[in-house]
Amino acid sequence: MQLSLGPILYFWPRETIEQFYQEMVASPLEVVYLGETVCHKRRSFKTVEWIELARQLTASGKQVVLSTLALIEAGSELGGVKRLCRNGELLVEANDMGAVQLLSEQKLPFVGGATLNIYNAYTLKHLMGAGLRRWVMPVELSRDVLADILADAHKLGIDGELETEVFSFGHMPLAYSARCFTARHHNLAKDDCQLKCIDYPEGLPMYSQDGEEFLTLNGIQTQSGRIQHLLPHWRSLADLGVDFMRISPQPRHTREIVQLYHRVIDGEEGVDTEVNGMLTSPVCDGYWLGKPGMEIIARV
Amino acid sequence: MELVCPAGNYPMLKAAVDNGADAVYIGFKDDTNARHFAGLNFNDGSAQKAVRYAHDRGRKVFVAINTYPQPGGWQRWQRAVDGAADLDVDALIIADIGVLAYAAERHPQLSRHLSVQGSATNVEALCFYKEQFDIQRAVIPRVLSLSQVQQLAQKAPVELEVFGFGSLCVMVEGRCLLSSYATGESPNTCGACSPASAVRWEETDRGLESRLNGVLIDRYQEGDPAGYPVVCKGRFNVAGSTYHAIEEPTSLNTLELLPQLQQAGIVAIKIEGRQRSVAYVGKVAGVWRDAIDICAADPGRYVAQGRWMETLAGVSEGAQTTLGAYHRPWQ
Repeated sequence: MQLSLGPILYFWPRETIEQFYQEMVASPLEVVYLGETVCHKRRSFKTVEWIELARQLTASGKQVVLSTLALIEAGSELGGVKRLCRNGELLVEANDMGAVQLLSEQKLPFVGGATLNIYNAYTLKHLMGAGLRRWVMPVELSRDVLADILADAHKLGIDGELETEVFSFGHMPLAYSARCFTARHHNLAKDDCQLKCIDYPEGLPMYSQDGEEFLTLNGIQTQSGRIQHLLPHWRSLADLGVDFMRISPQPRHTREIVQLYHRVIDGEEGVDTEVNGMLTSPVCDGYWLGKPGMEIIARV
Repeated sequence: MELVCPAGNYPMLKAAVDNGADAVYIGFKDDTNARHFAGLNFNDGSAQKAVRYAHDRGRKVFVAINTYPQPGGWQRWQRAVDGAADLDVDALIIADIGVLAYAAERHPQLSRHLSVQGSATNVEALCFYKEQFDIQRAVIPRVLSLSQVQQLAQKAPVELEVFGFGSLCVMVEGRCLLSSYATGESPNTCGACSPASAVRWEETDRGLESRLNGVLIDRYQEGDPAGYPVVCKGRFNVAGSTYHAIEEPTSLNTLELLPQLQQAGIVAIKIEGRQRSVAYVGKVAGVWRDAIDICAADPGRYVAQGRWMETLAGVSEGAQTTLGAYHRPWQ
């Protein structure tokens, strides 16, 4: 089991991003995903600058993967995805079938992101024919379904070259829209959003009228209100043959979270997997146990 | 343009055909389709009858097999594909890559349409499905603006079908897990969104409350029109204000855009609502039949007629209709 760092899902200022990755260089992360996956208008880094940062992090010993936009509508958005897919050196995480097409045309291996909707081994097999080498399980699937998919993958003879990654820590991306809910909150049209997302480094919490932290608004993306935390279950992931647990960046304590995950999966005894002191939202693990995603089952 | 109407049962199919649908889409009675609701959909017998009724009148039948199979249920999706082929239907509407691969290999002669649940919003994605599975048509998500639809149509390697009327998903179809986050069941996994079994209504001192698996989705004061508690259509609190934080309960109606859609080369207009009634589909099909015919005859002079709009408003969910993403400012 190794640790990966997902792309930053929020709109952070350039200096914050630079500092964040400087901190991550020394962390026990095997893989780092870089790039803007939510909104094309967030340009603290231009596409070429992401590629440049990727080169630097590669030189420091990380495997770096460039992540593509999940929802591609406008021609300009597709242009950015093309530049990433044709970078000529670095592995790409395809988060839309458009990126899969661009990568498979070039006969390049790729990582299939969670939004590709891979729900069975037949889909895996087909996408492996197009170049997929690693896949990120859709966040709504459970341990038992993953076990069945991987058993089927074994029967189909495709498990040998396949790596599996599970979104293990962070607010889970749940939905994408043409509308921007952050702009909507400010009564602004999406075309004139004034880049309000910059004010919400961990998204904009959305509560039910009786005060439950239900969802997180992050521009055009809607995330879980709770933070998925699968460290207490890491053995069941490892037993299934999961290769990477993905940690999704948050504005504070990401380094400590990575350290904690590393100590536990590295076999250190007696480490408390409790993280509440470092988080602004409660945790959940329901999906992994076949329940509604918002539920919390494990007591740590 | 082809008018594609929904049917959740045989009487709905007849109403659709009798009122001018060129094609009707149906699903089987299980989780292989995205409207897996109790009492809805077709078994082998009723599907056979439906296909005969439509074919005798020169209309087409499409079968939606548009959820994402998980390992335990794979055979059900295979059976659905084989069963639809045996019924001699005119096309399958599929989202999952594994199912597309199976259908293309086993029944190459049977047309494949990419379901809206396949989330194809750009030309490269359409090229992928065309090259890999030789799809004939794609139903495109309700998130694209009119100019984006026009641009996509210029370059698309396949026919495009767009939604014209019905409930509006504000999220990209096939990319929304809000329902399973709250209830454990989603359109992708179970063909269900905000399932009825998770809904609870409660009269309280603070008003009528609708809950989904315990989560308070909305609260209504006397006289407020209460709507079904779909996760994205509730009122929530964000930074101190309570409002429809994601989407107001409105319906999509693109009748006004018909000439532009026709001009763009869109081949088919889809009506949402297999879960609605016989009266709904009959009225909606009638209006759209008239509109499409008038628009085809003289697009330059076409206007959405008042009586059409009235009829459609009368069967809309929610008090108002919207152009949705087709109208750029909505985005």
